Amino acid sequence: MPISLDATMMRQIIMDHYEHPRNKRTPNSPNYKKIHMDSVSCIDNIHVYLLIEHGIITDAAFNGVACAISTSSTSIMTELLIGKSETDAMYIIDQYLAMINERKYDDSVLGEAIVFMNTHKQAARIKCATLGFIGAKTLLEEQHHHE
Amino acid sequence: MDINALRAQFPMLTNKSMQGHPLIYFDNAATTFKPRRVIEAMNEYYFKHTSNTGRGDYDLEHITDVKFQEARATIAKLINADPREVVFTSGASMSINMVAYGYGRKYLTEHDEILITQAEHASNVLPWFKVREETGCQVNFIPLDDQGRLTPENLAKAISAKTKIVAVAHVTNVMGYHIDLKSISKIAHDHGAIVVVDGAQSVPHLKTDVKDLDIDFLSFSGHKMCGPTGIGVIYGKYDFLEKTDPFMTGGGMSTGFDMCGDASFMKPPHKFEAGTQNIAGALGMAEAATFLMEIGLENIAAYEKQLREYAIMKMKQLPNIDIYNEHAEAGIIAFDIKDVFSQDAATHLNSKGICVRSGQHCAKILIDYLGVVSTLRFSLYFYNTFEEIDAFIEALKTGGDFLDAYFA
Repeated sequence: MPISLDATMMRQIIMDHYEHPRNKRTPNSPNYKKIHMDSVSCIDNIHVYLLIEHGIITDAAFNGVACAISTSSTSIMTELLIGKSETDAMYIIDQYLAMINERKYDDSVLGEAIVFMNTHKQAARIKCATLGFIGAKTLLEEQHHHE
Repeated sequence: MDINALRAQFPMLTNKSMQGHPLIYFDNAATTFKPRRVIEAMNEYYFKHTSNTGRGDYDLEHITDVKFQEARATIAKLINADPREVVFTSGASMSINMVAYGYGRKYLTEHDEILITQAEHASNVLPWFKVREETGCQVNFIPLDDQGRLTPENLAKAISAKTKIVAVAHVTNVMGYHIDLKSISKIAHDHGAIVVVDGAQSVPHLKTDVKDLDIDFLSFSGHKMCGPTGIGVIYGKYDFLEKTDPFMTGGGMSTGFDMCGDASFMKPPHKFEAGTQNIAGALGMAEAATFLMEIGLENIAAYEKQLREYAIMKMKQLPNIDIYNEHAEAGIIAFDIKDVFSQDAATHLNSKGICVRSGQHCAKILIDYLGVVSTLRFSLYFYNTFEEIDAFIEALKTGGDFLDAYFA
């Protein structure tokens, strides 16, 4: 993370991904692995899609209705995961979840996802900030289980 | 009504803060705070006379037995019922399920119909869907008017000879309208249907007289009326309670049984109260009922009306607020901050120490009616103040800056 990333920039990144979410679409191909993520504690209701080919995540997408925090965090996640190996993707997800849960984490792999480092200030929103990441983690675990 | 003196009785209203601000609680439709006397009434049972009810062979048990029956009588008084017509449950959800299971499932057939509305809470929808699944009856929706209100006229149009149950909330938990229950009951009864009322949002806030309203069943929860969680009531006219099957069987509700499987049950209300009851809960709920009656339900309703009108007046001055139920009577305001997803707005208010709820408020089919994904819900009680509303209005003004919650 660049040292110069201040609060204003972090807010801009969150708002940018909220207002212009990346990879927010429903893929047509049946080859995508898909998971429905919703939460009893909120209104967020999204599907997360991963296309995994020869151990590489060649595409990631999501769609549905969600708040700024889950929309933005899932959008950033799709950009982080595309092109990564399953192993690297899992490492990134685990570092992100460690950051959200205030454990020691490796910030070098998190890219823009670092903007959610303050989620603990609004503990009620941890679920939102992790909805997409936990969806992708579950898909990767399922994939691993099948292999 | 001396609001400050009342507030002083609530530990949750005394020097509590959230996110560095004084705590302001506007989620009273979800649950309410408890005055010290309610907590003490429960503690007294645990500290001084723990024992079971129903036998009374020794002094301790006699004390508990008497207090438990007094609790039933107190709650009967709150709704102008006979104590025999008051059955303790775990809360309003269980109460409605009890009627659906013990009455609906027993008496309805594929030729019958249950009428509800789109504004009902899940607990007044899903039990009736279950009755439909098991009996083949229909569940139909009484159309709401253009403001989302249930009117007697619309019930009159929807009802027919096949209608056996009309199940509606006296006050719905998102829209907050007071329905004309007396007229609704009359129309239902004229067509041979019974009226099952969800009183979770009404009994705590306005005088409810089951005889005057002439309703057949009424469910409500302790925790929404300053009482404890895990306790509630189903009121039923005695004849209907006699006709209703118990939801659970077991100890404390049978008069005898043999090895052939023949069993006979006690009379209502006891036949519905299998197993050891939530005794502390019942004593706490009764203390809450006494507290409300001492304040006066009329006074509570009048004060809440003033608070609501003040909040609406102030909110209408803000350009960034959409209000969905401006003309409702209850202290519930469904609204949104323009262009801010409701949960993000709720987090913003959290960062100012203010509790409101975002979402569909368990009325998921109402959202189709409102045409929005979710709303914010502000719900007040008699311990809220005009000053708290002022702070809420100030917080709404900066609702567009909802990410401040993470970076401030």
